[in-house]
Amino acid sequence: MDNKKRKPGNNWWYLLLLTQFVGTLWVPFYNSVEPVWAGIPFFYWYQMLMVFIGAGITAIVYFATE
Amino acid sequence: MQNINWIALIVFALLFGFITWLGFAAARWRRGDLDLLHEWGLGGRRFGTLITWFLVGGDLYTAYTFIAVPALAFGAGAVAFFAVPYTILIYPILLVVFPRIWSVCHKHGYITAADFVIGRFGNRWLALAVAITGIVATMPYIALQLVGLQVVIGGLGLGGEGWLGELSLIIAFVILAAFTYSSGLRAPAAIAIVKDLLIYITAFAACMVIPIQVGGFGKIFAAIPAQKLILAIPHGQTTGAYNSYATLALGSALALFLYPHSMTGILSASSRGAVRRNAALLPAYSFMLGLLTLLGLMAFALGIDKLPEFAAGFKAFKSNFAVPALLLHTFPSWFAGVAFAAIGIGALVPAAIMSIAAANLFTRNIYREFFHTKASAKQESQMAKWMSLIVKFGALIFILFLPSQYAIQLQLLGGIWIIQTLPAVLIGAYTRWLNPWAQLAGWAVGIATGTWMAAAMNFNGTFPLQLAGWTFPGYSALYSLALNLIVAVVLTPLFNRVSKTAADQTEPADYQAAS
Repeated sequence: MDNKKRKPGNNWWYLLLLTQFVGTLWVPFYNSVEPVWAGIPFFYWYQMLMVFIGAGITAIVYFATE
Repeated sequence: MQNINWIALIVFALLFGFITWLGFAAARWRRGDLDLLHEWGLGGRRFGTLITWFLVGGDLYTAYTFIAVPALAFGAGAVAFFAVPYTILIYPILLVVFPRIWSVCHKHGYITAADFVIGRFGNRWLALAVAITGIVATMPYIALQLVGLQVVIGGLGLGGEGWLGELSLIIAFVILAAFTYSSGLRAPAAIAIVKDLLIYITAFAACMVIPIQVGGFGKIFAAIPAQKLILAIPHGQTTGAYNSYATLALGSALALFLYPHSMTGILSASSRGAVRRNAALLPAYSFMLGLLTLLGLMAFALGIDKLPEFAAGFKAFKSNFAVPALLLHTFPSWFAGVAFAAIGIGALVPAAIMSIAAANLFTRNIYREFFHTKASAKQESQMAKWMSLIVKFGALIFILFLPSQYAIQLQLLGGIWIIQTLPAVLIGAYTRWLNPWAQLAGWAVGIATGTWMAAAMNFNGTFPLQLAGWTFPGYSALYSLALNLIVAVVLTPLFNRVSKTAADQTEPADYQAAS
């Protein structure tokens, strides 16, 4: 598994990880109360959702670059 | 003073007794010769994916985090949520950079970041700077764990600052020191499993029960005033809270894995794959941290500081008492005991790893490098054991005799200092283009300006940078790191002319090696 030769071009997958950086560092995008979901302002549920999206992307990149 | 909560105290004491036993028993877990530094100080690099998950999770998400981040939410609202983007961003960094560092350290038997730096750049003074920065940044962090422990002891009704509270703190501390000394990294690794399970139970229970009691999240958020609910929208020639929020998240994320205790946690993994897998698995803790941060808002919505039974606690610990008070208010005593034990044990795990990491740095990169180059493996490991005691004892003295405010300010400075080792460690994992002497100059400039920025702002982490008529309030660590990098880049060609290049012990293939 770990000894497998890296396929060329595999490293492009790492660019996907920029999603987390853009999605969390561009604060004006999510600094709002609306849309409220289940009583929770956007500011809070969006960032909690980003935890899952971030973990998902990291997992995708992990498998793609294994 | 509030009365002693006997039921909570008994549950707390039982759980503490259990982890004490576990800490000592851990010496025999995946048995190795504890007279070797990598066995004592890295658990023999034997931890697979699951144990690494518990260990690093227990190491990074500390008791103080669980107290202070919700306390910030309680006091200041939305800004405290920066902890969530911060802990989202650490994992792409972990996935990309740290498998390289794990591989090269594993291949060459490096135990600390400074070991790597000396191997990579062949400059013992740069390695010394990395080692000293690591030790100095870690010590106030250990002290803050004891602050977290103090708050919980206060919540049990033992009084935070009276003799009973101090005695409890000393007992907890002696337990910590003894099992760290005897079992090394195996002790916090074993205890982290218990601690993390308890913390997960607490966070999920609180986030289920409290909204139901209050009548839904809608009611909780409705009780938060508008200016605390989201970040202030900047007006005029400033990037305002947006920039400080983003730079705090990014700067903290870049600094985190440079801390010696994070490095120790990662290097103790048994394989490169275990490090990579954890980048995808550890975000579970970030979600939990987000839930805990919400507890601060819940405590605010309930007006917990106005309740007479918590007046003494808030007087002693200020908003740090928000989470303990909320737990006492919401849950039956026995469960409050479980939750307090989770936080209290949550203080011991990182404190143990931090003291081991600082001890490894001192032993490898100061004692053996500068004082006793012929030290045997046994002497080395013995030195580290003693050093772990000294480091912790220093933290205890600090907390008992100085106001905890100093520890908080020093920890803020610690973050600014540790990020200055980024060029040597993180960039060093990719290239040795930067001259080590130029890096040393950049490091000195970064430390000096970062410290000055923090002091000028009265130990607030954000500095209002003025550029072209605009104000960019941002995290001092990131600004001083930028200056550090500029100095290092500019001086590199100059130093390359006057100093001869030392050999690189590492080879490109070492950074990819699976084992």
